[in-house]
Amino acid sequence: MVWHVIGYILLVIGVFFDLLGCVGLVRLPDVYNRLQAATKCVTLGTAFLLIGAFFIFGFNAAGMKALLCAAFVLISSPTGAHALARGSHRGGVPLWEGSVVDVYAEDAEGEKIKEE
Amino acid sequence: MTWMLYILLLSAFLCLYRIAMGPTPPDRAVSIDILGTLMVGFCVIAALVWNRDFYLNIAISWALLSYVGSIALAKFLENRSFDE
Repeated sequence: MVWHVIGYILLVIGVFFDLLGCVGLVRLPDVYNRLQAATKCVTLGTAFLLIGAFFIFGFNAAGMKALLCAAFVLISSPTGAHALARGSHRGGVPLWEGSVVDVYAEDAEGEKIKEE
Repeated sequence: MTWMLYILLLSAFLCLYRIAMGPTPPDRAVSIDILGTLMVGFCVIAALVWNRDFYLNIAISWALLSYVGSIALAKFLENRSFDE
């Protein structure tokens, strides 16, 4: 019964983080800002949902599947978001005009991209 | 526990708003990626609400396929061909 309460609290935290990530996806001005807000919040929220489901199901097949899916999400979602950010920067999407620094454009690969 | 499903549906509609109104193609690609991760959470909550285990199989396969789709969209945004 204690594990059910802990799992329910983790589920509430996960749903809250998911909602905040999607609000950031709508509200922020730039593709990189949206990617930064949405990816971090939604990845953490979904991982909390899966770990809460593991606490509720317990040590059986369903709980182990939830834990395995949490590992998949925690590995694959930041990798995909990093690839999307790199692809959009190399594809020539401009930054927001209020942005202060662009380190990737000062890199050697970025210089090669700007010369082309 | 059903109210979590409604909050996740609200989040999914916010993602759909960004897919419809996004000014550039990378906005839509980012929203599709986020929508895939949200649907994994939706499947987990559905497995808890209706007490069926097979939604977790859908969640695992959806997580892996969403990752492959994100990589393909990133290659597309980089102005390359898919078979490089």
